[in-house]
Amino acid sequence: MGRVFVSLIVREARLLCRRPAELANPLVFFAIVIALFPLAIGPQTSLLQSLSPGLIWMAALLAVLLSLDDLFRSDFEDGSLEQWVLSCHPLSVLALAKVAAHWLFSGLALVVIAPVLALMLGLPGRCLPVLLGSLLLGTPVLSLLGAVGAALTVGLKRGGVLLALLILPLYIPVLILGSGALQANLQGLPVAGHLLWLASLAVLAVTLTPFAIAAGLRISVGE
Amino acid sequence: MYNPAPSECAHLSCRPSSRANSGNHVVSSPFLEAVAVTCERDGRVLFEDLNLCVGAGEMLQVTGPNGSGKTSLLRILAGLMPAASGEVRVRGGAEGLLWIGHAAGIKALLTPEENLAWLCALHRPADRDSVWRALAAVGLRGYEDVPCHTLSAGQQRRVALARLYLDAPALWILDEPFTALDRQAVDGLEAHLAEHCRQSGAVVLTTHHALTVTPERYQDLPLGTPT
Repeated sequence: MGRVFVSLIVREARLLCRRPAELANPLVFFAIVIALFPLAIGPQTSLLQSLSPGLIWMAALLAVLLSLDDLFRSDFEDGSLEQWVLSCHPLSVLALAKVAAHWLFSGLALVVIAPVLALMLGLPGRCLPVLLGSLLLGTPVLSLLGAVGAALTVGLKRGGVLLALLILPLYIPVLILGSGALQANLQGLPVAGHLLWLASLAVLAVTLTPFAIAAGLRISVGE
Repeated sequence: MYNPAPSECAHLSCRPSSRANSGNHVVSSPFLEAVAVTCERDGRVLFEDLNLCVGAGEMLQVTGPNGSGKTSLLRILAGLMPAASGEVRVRGGAEGLLWIGHAAGIKALLTPEENLAWLCALHRPADRDSVWRALAAVGLRGYEDVPCHTLSAGQQRRVALARLYLDAPALWILDEPFTALDRQAVDGLEAHLAEHCRQSGAVVLTTHHALTVTPERYQDLPLGTPT
């Protein structure tokens, strides 16, 4: 089971290396959205700084959502998902590996460029560890929850809007906790509570969503 | 319709069949058995009360016009799609069958070798040598490491069919396996399917093409016109 997990991640890595645009799109989107805020709000550093936790988290959330629409689409269209459903390995393990690969190559890249963009918004350097921590704990939850929606809508021709409607409400706790942690850190308040809540959400998502993703994929393949 | 040979279970019908026959099935534990399966799509009944049973050495060809439910039947048999009613039993569950659908799960960005190695890893892992042998068997020697999108449709189909030349479960369910293949590849595949049946395997397939080589225990299941 561990072997198939690793070979699926290797397969996804190969596919992404051969079509790097898929990797770059969410990152460029993230960077552009963050760069647009100062243009829209104005260049006052104090205002941007106080807004930056929310802005960064909103942009990250939308970037993850954007990248999730196509998560299972190509596997659905070329028949790979049928083979997954009939595999002797549990579909939930394959789904978890797929989302893990997606997060490793797009979520993690997002976390890596976030500090640069945060500094652009005037977030002080002392807040960067909390920014990184909250994104590291929060983005896997965003990917996993989004994958549930992506699995359910993969069979639909235009699933994008429906995916957003299904999934955005579920993102609310992560958004509140993630930007809350950063806001608290900015004001010099303790953040352990926020981060621990995020960590528990991450654990919950890793343990429960693979089953929901697998069920969604079965329904989509069975249509 | 019903084949009376005692150790065999070949029988199929599209009407409720005499249930007394089912006593024979227990003896040889067929690879695949469907009882009173009904398929409904978008409110139309494609077929109802379909019974069939496929045992070792048998080939079942599902025929019928476009839209008569051939692919739906195969997907129901493979366990990919739930039947509206009825029951399908596969010996060994999903692990006991090999499914190659119309879309065969071949990634255009991966090479034939990578594609095949991954498909094998999903079911029964195969080493590099056997993957290369299987690709050579379907006439893709020299194409092992070029991306599949540079291959023709027929060559891509051959990549999918190379799985039949690897260690595979005994029951094969193939949806239109001959699509896009050239004459020579069709003959090779027909012979391979017949050989698989001779070695106590079983094949269920759909195709519009008339098979020239069929195993001894071959049956034809015509599905009706959609109403």
